[in-house]
Order: sequence, then structure tokens, then C-alpha cells
Amino acid sequence: MTATLPPPAIVLDGVSKRFGVNGPLVLDSVSAQIADGEFVCLLGASGCGKSTLLNLIAGLDQPTAGSVSVTSGRAAVMFQESALFPWLSARRNVELALGLRGVPRAQRRAEAMELLDLVNLADAADRRPHELSGGMRQRVALARSLAQDRPVLLMDEPFAALDAITRDLLHAELEQVWRATGRTIVFVTHNVREAARLGQRVILMSSRPGRIAREWQVDDTNQRRIESPEVARLSIEITDELRKEIRRNAA
Amino acid sequence: MPHDLVVEPRERVTAPGDLRTLAAGLDALQSERVIRAPWWRRFLGGVLPPVLLLVFLLAAWQVYTVVAHPRPDLYPGPMAVIGSLGSAWHSGQLPLSIGTSLQRGLLGFVIAVAIGTPLGLLLAEFRLLRRALGPFISGLQVLPSVAWVPAAVIWFGLTDATVYFVVLMGAVPSIVNGLIAGVDQVPPQLTRVGTVLGASRLQLTLLVVLPASMPGYFAGLKQGWAFSWRSLMAAEIIATGGSIGFGLGSLLQQGRELSDLSSVLGTIITILGIGIVVELVVFAPIERRLLRRRGLAPTATTR
Repeated sequence: MTATLPPPAIVLDGVSKRFGVNGPLVLDSVSAQIADGEFVCLLGASGCGKSTLLNLIAGLDQPTAGSVSVTSGRAAVMFQESALFPWLSARRNVELALGLRGVPRAQRRAEAMELLDLVNLADAADRRPHELSGGMRQRVALARSLAQDRPVLLMDEPFAALDAITRDLLHAELEQVWRATGRTIVFVTHNVREAARLGQRVILMSSRPGRIAREWQVDDTNQRRIESPEVARLSIEITDELRKEIRRNAA
Repeated sequence: MPHDLVVEPRERVTAPGDLRTLAAGLDALQSERVIRAPWWRRFLGGVLPPVLLLVFLLAAWQVYTVVAHPRPDLYPGPMAVIGSLGSAWHSGQLPLSIGTSLQRGLLGFVIAVAIGTPLGLLLAEFRLLRRALGPFISGLQVLPSVAWVPAAVIWFGLTDATVYFVVLMGAVPSIVNGLIAGVDQVPPQLTRVGTVLGASRLQLTLLVVLPASMPGYFAGLKQGWAFSWRSLMAAEIIATGGSIGFGLGSLLQQGRELSDLSSVLGTIITILGIGIVVELVVFAPIERRLLRRRGLAPTATTR
């Protein structure tokens, strides 16, 4: 069955991570495959090592055991804080990423404007980060990660600091960007509804040490919303499982 | 003409209209554009208060001179000081010394920046180097650079090299320390993003770390200029003659030798005035602009 599928975008094979020689085990032989163009949400309570796993996939850190391979090479990463360069306008922030990718100077401006337009920010291109709202900054950060033009996009709780209305809008925008660009997205969150709203697949991780507890395949419907009954149903199921995992830490 | 009829299947590529307007509406609600006062009001706001204070101080001084009649050789009035400045100007001595000192101060400062910046970056980047050299640089900042004058005179004689050496010993440590402080305050997320975006170490330093550390670096430059100017005056007072040109410090020393207090006070006021003008005209606008662009300006008014 799997033989007919294209090669996976990310392969995790028995990945374990321990910080320091005698530190606690953060990740315990995590194995997973993420298909090309898939939208996967990585969900778990604090201490499940989901951000650690993301850093390993990003190549920012090395696993203690096992192997991480990203078929397309390095991945683009977006963090919880937008981390825009405060001395550059929105457009220049994107242009800097284009420049580091090797895009010739003459093309950068047009390409940056295209990317900002993709996140509905063409009108704010010349504003500086401090003149943007939190949601706008995250969209600039999204445009900047798209500027890297890497097939895999890793997102580490990118909307956690936003208010609910803004987050809802960004879910819609991210879904649209994903459908338009065909990126493989690994989205780390501790928000169950967010995972159920966005993911084609939701991977629940247990905490201390981080292991894959369970996975859900979500029907990929175009009109899914955070209020949709199927999202609510799935959220309840995931939350029950998540609580079970958390209770195990009580003893 | 056919353009009007072509309907591109853009719905999948860009956002549909309603999502776009929703985003635009939310953006308008959540973000504020900074509105700045017109330039002349900002200029008046910065220049008027110190000028008014200066006028007031001069007036008070004049009133004191007229009312109390102090000894003119010990407590000359503002008129006498202005008069001696005027005659020094007409004799050509004042313009010459201002020109000489400013030129040296500026050149010394530029050399100090050229040495201090790469040195500061190296120290900020390489931990071991910083641990070894850092305390010495901080120590040099505490050591008054005038202390180098006797040594410099022995090494370089009464030449301009002596003056520049003292200026550098004063300014370089400030610039280095300012830059290191600036680099230390760079948020780690920014360097992490730089790495994720694929910047090499050199690119990271030039495109991310250096611009991100500008506020601290600029504070160091400002202090570096102050130290250059001070060290220059001290060097010019102590080391006169030889092939050393005639600067404001030399003018000060000449006034002392002639027991001409009006000239001495006039020169002090000139030195102080140059310091204030450089601060108001050069550093303050750049600093305001630097902070404003990052949303750090305390005076920014928002709608």
C-alpha cells in the first residue's frame, strides 16, 4: 500500500533526545513519517518534547539516538514570537530572507511583495514591526519563512500569543497558504482545537519522556472551521486522551 | 481590451475577497500608525529649552556683574568674556584653534570607530578573547586617558601622534564596551532566526547582530566622542609646542599663562559649546531616528 506513495518528506527513526549526559530523557524513540504536502499537528502538554522534536527536524539540534531526515534538505521554521528584525520594514524583512536564499537583488522587491500579498499584507509592506499588530507580525514572519522556499515548513506554536479572533483569521490564512503553496507543514501546538481545526493528521505526544501516544487522521474538508461539529467531536476525543496522558504524571 | 474579460483562477492562489477584507479590517483595528509632529516643532522642542536657559544664565551673570561689581580680573562679566572671544576671533587665533581641535577630534574619533568596531565585534563573538581582553578594556575606560600624555610625549615627542594616541586611548574602550553591551542585548530569537534563514557566521554578524546592537553601539559611539573630545583637550593643554598644532586646549593654556581669565572662560565656553552643538546637531537626531524606527522612541505619539 505504501509503495504507491511518493517518498515521505520527513522520516523520524527511533529519535531520542537527552540534554547533557545524565539529563532526563526528553524524547524516547520517536518514529514517524510525514508525507510530502501533509499538514501534521504535533500536540502535547508541557514537557512532551514537541518543541525539541521540531528543533531536531529543523537541524537546530542533534538527536542523542536515532535519525532525523528531511528529504528536501533543510526546513523553514517559524516561532511563537515573530522575531522580525525591528530595524527593517515588513518588506525588507522578507527581502533579507530572499537575499540569504540567494535571490538576486533586482528580483527581491517584487518577490517580497508577492509573498506579503499572499498573507494579505501588501498594504503594510513599508511599515516597521512596531507599527504592526501581533497578528500582522506573525503573518510577516510567515511570509518570511515562505521566502526561504523550502518544501517543509515547521511552526512552533506560532499563534499561541494571539487573541482568539486573530488566531481564527490566521488559521484561515494559513490553510489557504498551505493549499496554495503545497508545503509540508509540521505545526506544534498545545491547543487541541487548533490541532483539530488545522491538521490532516494530529499526533498526540505523551510527556516525560516524549513519545507518540496516538494519532488521528482527519478528513480533509475544505470548509472546516474551529466551530465545526466535527472539529468539536475530534477535540473532545483528543482532549480525553490528552488528559489520560497527563494523569499518568500525577503519581 | 481582452484583459477585462479574462478571469484568472486566482481564488486558490490569493485569499478570497472576504478573507482579505476581514484581514484588512482586523489590521486596521489592531494597529496604530505613528503620527509625528512637524519638523519645526520637533526642532524647537529640542533646541528652545537649552537656548532659553543659556540666555537666562547669561542675563543672571550680567546682572550679578553690574550689581555686585566683583574684581574684573577674577570675575569678569559676560561682556568682557564675549569681548575677548571677539578679539581672539578677529586675530584669527580662535578660528584656527577651533579648526585644529575639531579636525583632530573628528579624525581621532573616526580612527577610534575604525579600530573599536571590529575589536568590539571580535570580543563579542569570541568568548575566550573576551574573557581575556575584556577586563583590560574596561580598565582602560576607567583610567583617565590624560595619564597617557607623559608616556606619549616620551614615545612620540611633541607631535600630532601624541595627541591622537591619547584620543584613541580615551575613545576606543568606550566604543568597544558600547558595542559589546549592544551585542549582549540582542534578543536570542533574532540570531536564531538568522541561523534558520541560512545566514553564515559573517552574514549573521553583519546583517543581524550589528544592526540589532545599534542602540548599545550608538551609546558607545556617543561616549566615545565625549572621551575623544575630553582627551583631546587634556592632551592639548599638557603637550604644547613642537610640531603640535594650535588647538583650543593650547588657547586655554595660553590664557592661563597670560593670567587672562576672560580668555580662559571664553575658551571653556567655546569647548563646552562645541560639545553641546555636536550632541544636539549630530548625535541626538541620529539617536532619535534610530530609536523611533524600532518603536523605542519615548516621544512617539500614537493615534
